[in-house]
Amino acid sequence: MVPEYGLWLPPDISTHGYQVDRLINVLHWFMALLFVGWGIFFTYCLFKFRARTGHRANYELPNAKISKWAEVAVAGFEVVLLFGLALPVWSQVKSDFPTDEDNPLRIRVIGEQFAWNFHYAGPDGIHGRTSPELMKADNLIGLDMSDPDAADDLVTNNWMHIPKNKKIVCDVSTKDVIHSFWIPVLRVKQDAIPGMSIPVWFEATEHGDKFQVACAQLCGNNHYTMKGDLTIYESEETFNEWYESMAGDGEDEEEEEE
Amino acid sequence: MSTDHHHNPGFIAKYVFSVDHKVIGIQYAVTALLFLFFGFCLMMMMRFQLAYPGEEIPVIGGLLAGALDPDTGGFLHNLAASLVSSDGFLLPEGYNVLGAMHGTIMVFLGVVPLAVGGFGNYVMPLQIGAPDMAFPKLNMASYWVFLAGGIVMLVSFFLPQGAAQSGWTSYPPLSVISPGQTMWLIGMVLLITSSLLGSVNFIVTIIHLRAEGLSFFRLPFFVWAQFVTAFLLLLAFPPLEAAGVLQLMDRVAGTSFFMPTGLVVANEVLNVAGEGNPLLWQHLFWFLAHPEVYVLILPALGIVAEVIANNTRKPLWGYRSMVYSTIFLGFMSFIVWAHHMFMTGMGETMSIFFQTTTMIISVPSVIILTALVISLWGSSIRFTVPMLFALSFLPMFAIGGLTGLPLGLAAADIHLHDTYYVIGHFHYVVAPGTLMALFAGIYYWYPKATGRKMNTMLGHMHFWGSFIFLNAVFMPMFFQGMAGVSRRLYDQTLYYHGDAVQSLTRMSSWGAWCLGIAQIPFIINFFASLWMGKKANDNPWEATTLEWSTPTPPPHGNFTTVPVVVCGPYEYSPPDKPDGFTPQMTANA
Amino acid sequence: MSVAEIKYIDKPHPITGLTNGKLGIWLFLASEVMLFGALFSSLILLRVGSSDWPHGKNILDVPLATLNTIILITSSVTMVMAWASLKMDRFDKFKLYMGATIALSCAFLVIKFFEYSPKFSHYEAFLKPAAVSKYEDHLTGKASISGHIEKQTDDEIVFKPDTPKGDHGADHGAEHDGHAEHAEITIDRADIHRLTSFGPWHSNFLGIYFTMTGLHGLHIIGGIVVNAWLLFPGSVMFRKERERFEGRVECAGLYWHFVDLVWIFLFPTLYLL
Repeated sequence: MVPEYGLWLPPDISTHGYQVDRLINVLHWFMALLFVGWGIFFTYCLFKFRARTGHRANYELPNAKISKWAEVAVAGFEVVLLFGLALPVWSQVKSDFPTDEDNPLRIRVIGEQFAWNFHYAGPDGIHGRTSPELMKADNLIGLDMSDPDAADDLVTNNWMHIPKNKKIVCDVSTKDVIHSFWIPVLRVKQDAIPGMSIPVWFEATEHGDKFQVACAQLCGNNHYTMKGDLTIYESEETFNEWYESMAGDGEDEEEEEE
Repeated sequence: MSTDHHHNPGFIAKYVFSVDHKVIGIQYAVTALLFLFFGFCLMMMMRFQLAYPGEEIPVIGGLLAGALDPDTGGFLHNLAASLVSSDGFLLPEGYNVLGAMHGTIMVFLGVVPLAVGGFGNYVMPLQIGAPDMAFPKLNMASYWVFLAGGIVMLVSFFLPQGAAQSGWTSYPPLSVISPGQTMWLIGMVLLITSSLLGSVNFIVTIIHLRAEGLSFFRLPFFVWAQFVTAFLLLLAFPPLEAAGVLQLMDRVAGTSFFMPTGLVVANEVLNVAGEGNPLLWQHLFWFLAHPEVYVLILPALGIVAEVIANNTRKPLWGYRSMVYSTIFLGFMSFIVWAHHMFMTGMGETMSIFFQTTTMIISVPSVIILTALVISLWGSSIRFTVPMLFALSFLPMFAIGGLTGLPLGLAAADIHLHDTYYVIGHFHYVVAPGTLMALFAGIYYWYPKATGRKMNTMLGHMHFWGSFIFLNAVFMPMFFQGMAGVSRRLYDQTLYYHGDAVQSLTRMSSWGAWCLGIAQIPFIINFFASLWMGKKANDNPWEATTLEWSTPTPPPHGNFTTVPVVVCGPYEYSPPDKPDGFTPQMTANA
Repeated sequence: MSVAEIKYIDKPHPITGLTNGKLGIWLFLASEVMLFGALFSSLILLRVGSSDWPHGKNILDVPLATLNTIILITSSVTMVMAWASLKMDRFDKFKLYMGATIALSCAFLVIKFFEYSPKFSHYEAFLKPAAVSKYEDHLTGKASISGHIEKQTDDEIVFKPDTPKGDHGADHGAEHDGHAEHAEITIDRADIHRLTSFGPWHSNFLGIYFTMTGLHGLHIIGGIVVNAWLLFPGSVMFRKERERFEGRVECAGLYWHFVDLVWIFLFPTLYLL
């Protein structure tokens, strides 16, 4: 799929994104309605009550019951928005994490100035141990190759690969400063906070390779270059083919990707 | 002190180290206007890079690149080296310097000093019938400490490490490892100290020095706004000061309050103790910075209320509910701060709390705005220049407020957080909003302060230019944000979604430059009217509040007779004088 | 009454019952509460987030701090006495008590200096995990050795370690800086992960300790300046504007009690808990 980007929300290819979009759209209709209604009243007042000969201000204050009702209605609508639309989405995104039954693909996402690293666990499903001391130019995430779990791991730099129609859980962390893991088309955003690893999940519904991962939080001079490509495979099989083709090269995989 | 008002001070004591609140107010206002202009210039440079990434900045780029010549050396060289490359491009770090300093200068050195230091100092004691602030010398100290803070910020541009470049929010660890931040922190500590001294002074003045008969519910709304603002400054700023001290320790004493264990920068493990928490800064920072939003907006609402009441020639509708709303806003603003942090991995319970408080805080804002609009009903609107600015504030603030709704909901924040939508939102509140109100205030009180009126035609040119171009600058940002463009990007065209809306960026930039041109009539008007403006009498706007019952300009001690207040603040077109007004004050010799 | 006169400088406001100065100082103290409140909250957050927050008594000098606590409380008492002397029209006694307050505050700072300075010559060497077994005999449950550096070369550091402590035993707490007889240890630099003195950079505990006590110390200095001013040049006001002078001394006293109070919170939080 080649997404088309325009003036409103970017295309959405995630399972949960439609709810975010619906919330944003409903809100904006509500805001537009409120603003236009308010604007008509405002403009009418400006015209009707302009100073002119024979017109005089009225000292008595209008008994504006309407305003009270309008305020109550606005407050009521906000309650509906909050509890009806906003909280359920947030709760789904934050709490309803895929369980083991869903067999999600877990990827560690490690931000650094100014790149995103993606750490795949490989067939064993266990990420190899990493340590800050080992983080060097040829081992960006400090993967400890003496750990048997690391043998089948794969690290890619600025290029994320995922299959579609599969739940993905990303554990977002960072080596240095705060970054924010941001995939517009998947409606995924999570700050990467130093010292923490924060999980976020999503599921893509389209495949293609014209997608990007961005950084949403100022992270230094070249913050603007901190973008990765995102390739979404049509199926788990094609994803696995890619994985094997990469992992087959042995321990030098990180360099391959750079 | 009381004795200072009697003898005749020399020039320096009268205009430079003055203890007269009116002189200090003018000092604040002029300094703040200069800083606003400076901050605006920084932004115009940024806008060029955004609109035409990788092109040489016209004129300034060449000039700065010239200063890069190794022979130049010194301060100018430092300035140029932190901003531009040898061929006159803006460097990415230069862009970050401009961004961080634009935000800092506009908020802490521009809008707040103008709204609180300038208008608050000049107008508030007059409006409550006081001869001066409660502590005149402390007042002078506030100004000079503020100026010192401003100078520290300015000097930082000319030092080898350049000015701060981690955004006005200064999130660690970036701010701890970036150059230039130390001067920023020192400057901030000075500015905060100045605010604290000022707010103590404001509160004591308002509580103790009101004229006889001026009960709290006879106070002009402007005074109420300043009162609540002073409390916000008093209680919200100290945590930022604490945070600033902690960050300063991280930078100069090698502590690691905001640095967790195992940070790796450029493939080297940082040699610090670790175990710190970067989110601690964000909590302390936003605990200030959210009330700070109301520090920016409340004085503006106060000015707008004064101007609207005066030019509609009728009392404000819902004065009491506006006062209660303002107090409520003040309280609530202390418990919404974490809505800036939904994307930091906040749990569900905490996010529900902060989403709810955020929705609640929108209610008093709606009440105030509604009251101001209903005040137009049954009025007789004089479209004077200050009134035009005050009226335009209403829809602009409405847009700013409404667009805050999606940002207050965590789920919508997933898409909108840290995008241009946020930039559009808060700029609508402070630029087309607060700034327009501040202009209204300048046009409104200029005759009182100088004895001359500003020119109406230039005022109209200034108004329409500003109104149109402010919208041209900020309206496109909502659409950029919708498209998903992150804020603080040096070049958004690298992204598919950014490149698609690059035309909006250009529109915004051209809007900004035209906005710059639209300020020329104001600058001419501001200075030329000092000599050429029409002479103003004591009460040129036929206003009721106390400041208009003093001579123009007011003398030392403000009032020629002891003021006694006999009625509420907005007795326009009362039944006994349908074409006139009842001033709040009667003379009591 | 003159139009230009600022009211309630010496007489209290009929409704608030306070002079301008007193209302001002209360507001100022409110903001100070927010300042130290923020720092205490930070301390709690850092402590909760820490895997290894030390017991203050094992690192800090509790006897000196106790002495300082007593000094500061005494100075609060003398401050009250100074003000009371004014009220009783005993200007000579005011001078005496105010002088005592200042002397006690200076003593506090001098003791603080003796508390701070040994920290900067007292070192801790954090060992690399691989090297821990090499120095096992000298370790007391932690992968680090603390003591004083006797000699250092490019490759090695000769350490004179502290007397080993019991399991954070209270009876050993005070002697951490004592140079008890103990064998020297030679440590390879290559085995050291991080070598640091007990300055603010040592750990977040010492960081927050130095920040908070340092900031408190600045408040003490501020108090000394104000009190000294009231004692010497400012006291001429006693003859001219008696009530106003009493008001100033009272405000200075309020501030001083607040500074005292902050210490009363700092002492247990940092030294005892």
